[in-house]
Amino acid sequence: MGLAESILLTIATAATPLLIAALGELVVERSGVLNLGVEGMMVIGAVCGFAGAALSGSPWIGVLCGVLAGALFSLLFGVLTITVATNQVATGLSLTLLGLGLSGLIGESFVGSPGLRLPNLYVPGLTDIPLVGRLLFGQDPIFYISILLLIGVSWFLFRTRTGLTLRAIGDSHASAHALGIEVVAYRYAAVLFGGACAGLAGAHLSLVYTPQWVENMTAGRGWIALALVVFASWRPMRILFGAYLFGAVSIGQLHAQALGVGIPSQFLSALPYLATVVVLVIISRNRRLTMMNTPASLGQPFVPER
Amino acid sequence: MFQGCHKNRQTGLGEQQGLQGLDARVSSQGDRLLQVEGLTKLFGTLRACDGVNLDIARGEIHALLGENGAGKSTLVKMLFGSLEPNVGTILWNNQNVRLTNPAEARKLGIGMVFQHFSLFEALTAAENIALSLDATTPLRATADRARELSSAYGLPLDPNALVGDLSVGERQRIEIIRCLLQQPELIILDEPTSVLTPQEADKLFETLERLRAEGKSILYISHRLEEVKRICDRATVMRHGKVVAHCDPRQETAASLARMMVGADVKIASRGEGTTAGEPRLVVRNLSRKPANPFATALKNVSLSVRGGELIGIAGVAGNGQSELFEAISGEVLQDQAETVSIRSRPAGRIGISERRRLGAAFVPEERLGHAAAPRMTLSENLLLARHHTDRTFAGKSGLLHFGAVKRAAQRISQAMDVRKSGDDPEASALSGGNLQKFIIGRELDRQPAVMVVNQPTWGVDAGAAARIRQALVELARAGSAVLVISQDLDELFEISDAIAVMHHGELSAPIPIAEASFERIGLLMGGADASGHATAAA
Repeated sequence: MGLAESILLTIATAATPLLIAALGELVVERSGVLNLGVEGMMVIGAVCGFAGAALSGSPWIGVLCGVLAGALFSLLFGVLTITVATNQVATGLSLTLLGLGLSGLIGESFVGSPGLRLPNLYVPGLTDIPLVGRLLFGQDPIFYISILLLIGVSWFLFRTRTGLTLRAIGDSHASAHALGIEVVAYRYAAVLFGGACAGLAGAHLSLVYTPQWVENMTAGRGWIALALVVFASWRPMRILFGAYLFGAVSIGQLHAQALGVGIPSQFLSALPYLATVVVLVIISRNRRLTMMNTPASLGQPFVPER
Repeated sequence: MFQGCHKNRQTGLGEQQGLQGLDARVSSQGDRLLQVEGLTKLFGTLRACDGVNLDIARGEIHALLGENGAGKSTLVKMLFGSLEPNVGTILWNNQNVRLTNPAEARKLGIGMVFQHFSLFEALTAAENIALSLDATTPLRATADRARELSSAYGLPLDPNALVGDLSVGERQRIEIIRCLLQQPELIILDEPTSVLTPQEADKLFETLERLRAEGKSILYISHRLEEVKRICDRATVMRHGKVVAHCDPRQETAASLARMMVGADVKIASRGEGTTAGEPRLVVRNLSRKPANPFATALKNVSLSVRGGELIGIAGVAGNGQSELFEAISGEVLQDQAETVSIRSRPAGRIGISERRRLGAAFVPEERLGHAAAPRMTLSENLLLARHHTDRTFAGKSGLLHFGAVKRAAQRISQAMDVRKSGDDPEASALSGGNLQKFIIGRELDRQPAVMVVNQPTWGVDAGAAARIRQALVELARAGSAVLVISQDLDELFEISDAIAVMHHGELSAPIPIAEASFERIGLLMGGADASGHATAAA
């Protein structure tokens, strides 16, 4: 396996959880809900994914546990912000704090225990094609799910009536309500989808990226996913770009550190964050396009008149 | 039909019986589409609608009249299913129906065109229309059907335009087409002409008459009485949540309709003797401004001069740059050149609001709550916020505030403008729109400003308060101040202005002296015709 190939593979692995979590949050925010609890849902997904795999012996059951745990955790957020109409920012932040604490508690007995890794895809013949075989046909299954999610979310948002309705709710929940659209039901569905995606992204971390459980192992990736959504002006293809850029710079700076270039390691560690933000700010400087895509009712609680 | 009018100003039993008697007569005519009996809606202890009776026949345009807060909006929300009544029945084609959400109302055949449009700005016209059609209509077909309907009813529309880019009149067309696509039997229009030029309104009336000829019924909500007299077959008048009269508007005068709505005679501001205008007090020279956001309007080379003793009105359809002009004059947005705006002959383009106030100017922005007043602060605190820079009696040199003086001034203003409030010094948000607006205008008038700039002085204000405000503005001008009034209400501008200028697409026409101005001429300018009268962009 060539060096270039292995670098590209690690980039894809680093970008996949960001892509999945950000796509989930994109759908949530397009419906007008701001869930700042991505980090918390992700870490819950990571620990439950690991625990499910360790207890059942099957990494696939682990993935399922991660997804369900993320969705269940987001349901808590949904009940508070949609039904009780609490402040979304404060509720999202506390969801992250709760998730970090709760995951430490759940994962206490799993610290240091050996993990199970989700096996990579292997298609006889195709995977062995030189250069592109492993990139296209030999990655972990969640990578393929992330690409399907990207296509699915883009198609859903911009090609289907349900997606149009979801975007309309995000633009103005009052108008949507006046049209007789079930704002609350749509938002619950979006929040649950976002939670499931964050859970899946977390499970990827503990079952593929580094197959073990370490406390706080999400290491701020949930926050990066949140920032990606905003800087990508709520457009799926830009999230793909941002996630892979972040992954590329992360891996690149690791190699640079290993080679011992004369740049302080702290700066190199900060580089992925810096580069992603700068590049996405530059591509989102078209204010008109950004305003057209920003969900206008983002973060505002919806309380119908009765 | 009705001979004359059925009116009853007493409240209580007598009125209820009288109205029931009237219903009996209507029901004998048959062909009744909608009948409402004893509809009541409570918000806490407030009876927003109180035993409302109403019936609408097939193929009629039925007016619903009333001041702000009379309960019209609450009533139509109940008819459209977005509010549920506490008591009362709704009969649709003589069947008792319960409307719990707008989708049900739509399924029955009730369509609604909202006053504050329920459109999605970030979506295209076709997408907006698709959202209110049932799920079986393919998305791609919507644009074609919208185009067909828009040409059939003479409502030109580009299905692929983003709503955020469209003018208010165009947005209303989308609302109407969206409503028509559902083939409703009853169409509810909430204050449809308040955002239109007179010519656009004429087109709308043609559409409505065509719909009536097709046998559709229209419930037409308005407070513009001339319009109601012109196109409506019957009228129901509401006041304080109750129906106070059913009548044939064609048999009434505008004054008699107004009396039914308000419950008292409505005064028209007397313009007074036009004093010879003095020196220019407020001058705007070649003001240009780039749009601050994608939905704002650019200002193009706006010039304007208001002299002492003169009241100039600026007409225009909303969203043609009036807000941007107001921001530039008031100092919310600074100009590159100080000379662009001058107040009492001093360049003021580079100084902020407080400095401009010190030069003797006063400003009343459009939004009452959140812009002209802080909603959760008391009236006296709001007074202090506006005037602590200009009034030494409020804030001494030591930096200490004199709340006693502020409270006394707030009382004085409330008395002078007849502000009706609960308690001594309530929060601004506790006042009704009209009373708060009277206080805000009074707060500025109390200083006897040399220059007064007001944006939408009576928007959403009841007729009594509006008359009081207009009179106060006229009196200020007659006392020698330069007064600039930006308004969408043409009747208002014709009532109080000495000259009217028109804004269209960020350009300001030369002021037309009131003696030479006519509704038609101003209306053409609002639609984009040049001063010689040739329509250039009127749609």
